[in-house]
Amino acid sequence: MLDAAPRFPDLPNLPGVGYKPQHFAALVDDPGAVAWLEIHAENYMGDGGRPLAQLRHLAERFPISVHGVGLSIGGEDPLDADHLARLKHLVGWLSPARFSEHLAWSTHDSAFLNDLLPLPYTADTLARVCDHIDQVQDVLGRQMLLENPSTYLAFDETTWAEVDFLAEIARRTGCGLLLDVNNVFVSATNQQTDPYAYIDAFPLAHVGEIHLGGHDDDTDDTGAPLLIDSHGKPVVDPVWALYAHTLARAGARPTLIEWDNDVPDWPVLEHEAAQAGALLEQVSA
Amino acid sequence: MMRQADFTQAMLDAERAVPAGLSAPGGRPAGRRFDVYRNNVAVGLTEALETAFPVLRMLVGDEFFAAMAGVFLRAHPPETPVLMLYGAQMPAFLAGFPPVAHLPYLPDVARLEYALRVAYHAADAAPFSPEALNSLEPVALMQLRFRLAPAVQVIRSEYPVASIWQAHQVSPVKLPAAQPEDALITRPEFDPHVHLLPPGGAAFIEALGRGETLEIAHLTASDQCHNFDIMPVFGLLLSEGAISIQEGDAIK
Repeated sequence: MLDAAPRFPDLPNLPGVGYKPQHFAALVDDPGAVAWLEIHAENYMGDGGRPLAQLRHLAERFPISVHGVGLSIGGEDPLDADHLARLKHLVGWLSPARFSEHLAWSTHDSAFLNDLLPLPYTADTLARVCDHIDQVQDVLGRQMLLENPSTYLAFDETTWAEVDFLAEIARRTGCGLLLDVNNVFVSATNQQTDPYAYIDAFPLAHVGEIHLGGHDDDTDDTGAPLLIDSHGKPVVDPVWALYAHTLARAGARPTLIEWDNDVPDWPVLEHEAAQAGALLEQVSA
Repeated sequence: MMRQADFTQAMLDAERAVPAGLSAPGGRPAGRRFDVYRNNVAVGLTEALETAFPVLRMLVGDEFFAAMAGVFLRAHPPETPVLMLYGAQMPAFLAGFPPVAHLPYLPDVARLEYALRVAYHAADAAPFSPEALNSLEPVALMQLRFRLAPAVQVIRSEYPVASIWQAHQVSPVKLPAAQPEDALITRPEFDPHVHLLPPGGAAFIEALGRGETLEIAHLTASDQCHNFDIMPVFGLLLSEGAISIQEGDAIK
């Protein structure tokens, strides 16, 4: 158990990486450019053993951001009270610098589908998501960040632009936003819109954390480009450029490299973090 | 209006049409774009099962396992987002899955592998040093009650479940003779261990787990196996950090 007062109350405006257990020894030996870590909440909900022992050790040394992938904030069903209690327990003992979740749903009728599923941007969805965020922030007793999704298709019933929808959620609930720049690029390509216009319209003052990651290239039935948010490759140059544009407008923000599939050796991941670090240095200077 | 129930059903059943109200840019049909979600769900959960049941996968082959996982995940989608413990229904599923009816040991192999997952994430054991027992007279020792560490589990099987599992940790695999086996799972530090128990061992450990004294546990095991030798099994429990003394039985 850590002290009740968080050792690291904030994420620094420096690069972080998604923590993978295979990197434990290398990371502890020499973190290089990596100044903070993000964990997926659901991987640390066991009762003991190596995952929790490693996390306790790392939390002594690094600011930690807890990223939930299973709360189903956009779900039509009420939030899963058991899962919210597990999250409260984790956030309670760990006292992480940040907690974030997704503008998405993943559970229906008690079946957890293990994917971040899309939502129509309507008045109904807005009311439901805001109620759920109010509940999360009440139970956890802290502000959360909400992440913009990668989308592959659109809903005919949608009446809100995604940036306006996110801004309105932040205004109503007081939550912050997690801006995933790769998701912006993936969605804009898939929806055939302009990612720069998205960033320029985004309520950047609310952004408490930025995500960067790799994606896969595919095509849809008509041969139109279809990018898949796979987190299995390096960040591509157009996403680095979009990130630099974001930093120029928003200033430096804590920036995470997400690499969840085909996880590379530590030096490759650290190199990605160092690249983000170089861009952060330019705007901090 | 598209409901999440329709989306869920269409995602889990590739034969179903893409739900109405979804489209690609320009109002074109969603088509393959919906398949991204279908694929993510199936691939993600299949990978979770591959991680959880590596020996089961070796026994049936990668291709068969992937197809079987597809059937399993549709019949038993996860009930919580805590995927580290996904697959609890796998043994029962295998027992009722006709294509593997000729491999009756598979459910017990799955039971053992699932127990290893549970052990990996179980609460840490209370610290206990076996040297504390050295000062006891044998009679006093036999009256002690012990607590099993949270990771400890006993798997009883009509099949050589421990040997099958062990055989798949090295290459080439040599399958063991057909005989009943009881396995013990321990977790001295962070990595679970599988041990083959001698006859009577399972009864001995289960009796300790019920809070019986060492003496009663010994008698219970001897009932099942007349030449049950307490020392190897008791020694194993101590050396693997699998037991601690119950409070109230503190050594004076």
